[in-house]
Amino acid sequence: MAQAATLASAVRGEARVLSLRGQLDVAAAGVLWTAALREAAAQPARPLIIDLAGLESCDTAGAALLLAMEQARPGATFDGAHPHVAAVLERARAALVEPPPPPLVKPVSWRVLIVQGLERAGDGFAYLGEALVAVLRLPTRLRQFRLADLLRSADQAGVRAVPLVLLLGLLMGLILAFQSLMPMRRFGADLYVANLVADSLLRELGPLLASVVLAGRSGSAFAAEIGTMKVNQEIDALATMGIDPMTMLVLPRMVAALLVMPALTVLLEAAGLVGMSVVLVGSGIPLVAIAHQVVDWVQPMDFYGGLAKAMVFGAVVAGIGCRAGLNAGHGPRAVGQAATSAVVGGIVATIVLDGVAAVLFFRLGL
Amino acid sequence: MTAPVLRATGLAQRFGPRTVYHDVTFEVAGGEVFVILGGSGCGKTTLLRQCIGLLAPSAGSVELLGDDIYAAAAPARDAVLRRIGVMFQSGALFGSMTLLENVMLPLEVYTDLPPRARGHIARLKLGLVGLADAVSLLPAEISGGMVKRAAIARALALDPPLLFLDEPSAGLDPVTSAGIDRLILDLRRDLGLTFVVVTHELASILAIADRCLMLDRDAQGVIATGDPRRLRDDSEDAKVRAFFRREAP
Repeated sequence: MAQAATLASAVRGEARVLSLRGQLDVAAAGVLWTAALREAAAQPARPLIIDLAGLESCDTAGAALLLAMEQARPGATFDGAHPHVAAVLERARAALVEPPPPPLVKPVSWRVLIVQGLERAGDGFAYLGEALVAVLRLPTRLRQFRLADLLRSADQAGVRAVPLVLLLGLLMGLILAFQSLMPMRRFGADLYVANLVADSLLRELGPLLASVVLAGRSGSAFAAEIGTMKVNQEIDALATMGIDPMTMLVLPRMVAALLVMPALTVLLEAAGLVGMSVVLVGSGIPLVAIAHQVVDWVQPMDFYGGLAKAMVFGAVVAGIGCRAGLNAGHGPRAVGQAATSAVVGGIVATIVLDGVAAVLFFRLGL
Repeated sequence: MTAPVLRATGLAQRFGPRTVYHDVTFEVAGGEVFVILGGSGCGKTTLLRQCIGLLAPSAGSVELLGDDIYAAAAPARDAVLRRIGVMFQSGALFGSMTLLENVMLPLEVYTDLPPRARGHIARLKLGLVGLADAVSLLPAEISGGMVKRAAIARALALDPPLLFLDEPSAGLDPVTSAGIDRLILDLRRDLGLTFVVVTHELASILAIADRCLMLDRDAQGVIATGDPRRLRDDSEDAKVRAFFRREAP
């Protein structure tokens, strides 16, 4: 078996000689690399000869080391290489070109950021417009709107999300009631915890949390599914068949999310109320008193307003997920980026819209 | 004659009741370009997967560089498999890495080279396949021919003496395909590599193969071995003649 390459240094007349012996393969190159370059760069006043007479074989990694030694010490000469070693060395020399300069990175300025932001906002509005046009043209493209897709999306976004929504609602009700009970008890207002938690759940937390669940579960799934279709050129195939991707892929998902969100919200709120009741009953408040407080305090508009918000959130989250998929780039990384973008965009849009709705409801006295 | 770097003995593959092939025996000598060919569905890629340790044969053995890979214990088999390079049909480059990072990956995992050295060697490998100016591109940003070249560069990362290429010319235009053929022959000449190539591209077979093995779906096995030019001109088997002369059955 051939010996792994070794390196020895000697002086021959005026010149320094670095002798390599044995088999210079990728493993030996790894061991010798640092020392060989250091030796090659040492004593720059003396001419350097790299003696290859003892080198039995050399692969391209070994040749890369020899060429790196030559680069480290301009003017160094190779001596005594066997023909097969010289051939590999020459092939490697021909292949090794200077790496291209790194691409120029333009400095980020406020102007660039503002322009990019405006462009993104413009893209968002264009997408909204496309969705609106698709809705208006739907009567003429009914065959492109696949009911099976709608039902599948409703199953994925709605039915399969029920356990998670129930768990989240129950825990949220428990936590809210428990955290509110402590300070309220100091003022003898234990019973009003029911009013506080019910109002929070029905007006704000119910639709908000259901929307976050939708963004995390289904928005990302929509983005990944459509993003993969984009990567596999299936979107291009639809376009060449004259089928509008907005009508066939986006609208069914938006409608499905819009339809399932009220149901998810109601379930989350009901589970939250159950959780709240568990805490309050455990602290000695009768169930009938809790029910009376809730029914007495909560207005129909609190409930219906929350459901209306949930429907809007659902359509927006699904739309953002689908848009992230349609805008996916190329390759597997693009699908992951699309899914991330769908979740982040969905949650941010939900919170912004919730703020807008809060101001709107206040102004309208609802 | 150089010692065989690959020896397959009595290989068979069955999926349930269906036999793909049986009793496939061949040897590949060092420095040879050996082509496995045949029509669609005859088991070319299955045979390749058996040769590279991805699919245990229903019967028979595979010796790579002197070691029986299916009889060996897992660590020993892994050590042998590190001494071969494989280019998959799709290239199988990692989409989230640049070409340079793709080639550097095996060097990072299996060598003690310092980071700059790994980059230096990986650039050299990409230079060997003519991609020196594409090192920082992602696989999604390059053409099909470049993907194949980059996949060959990655297969070369650890300087294996034996390379397996699955359909290196598939889906490429004739000029790009001829370029890949030229690359295979150049690497064999300059670096003394051995190639086992799976293909049904007739022009490529005649351009690169020293010897070939032809599988047939109906025969469930080998129907011809030898120099492809001789098979084309002299074979008395109707299927072999039809394949090499592009005649419909």
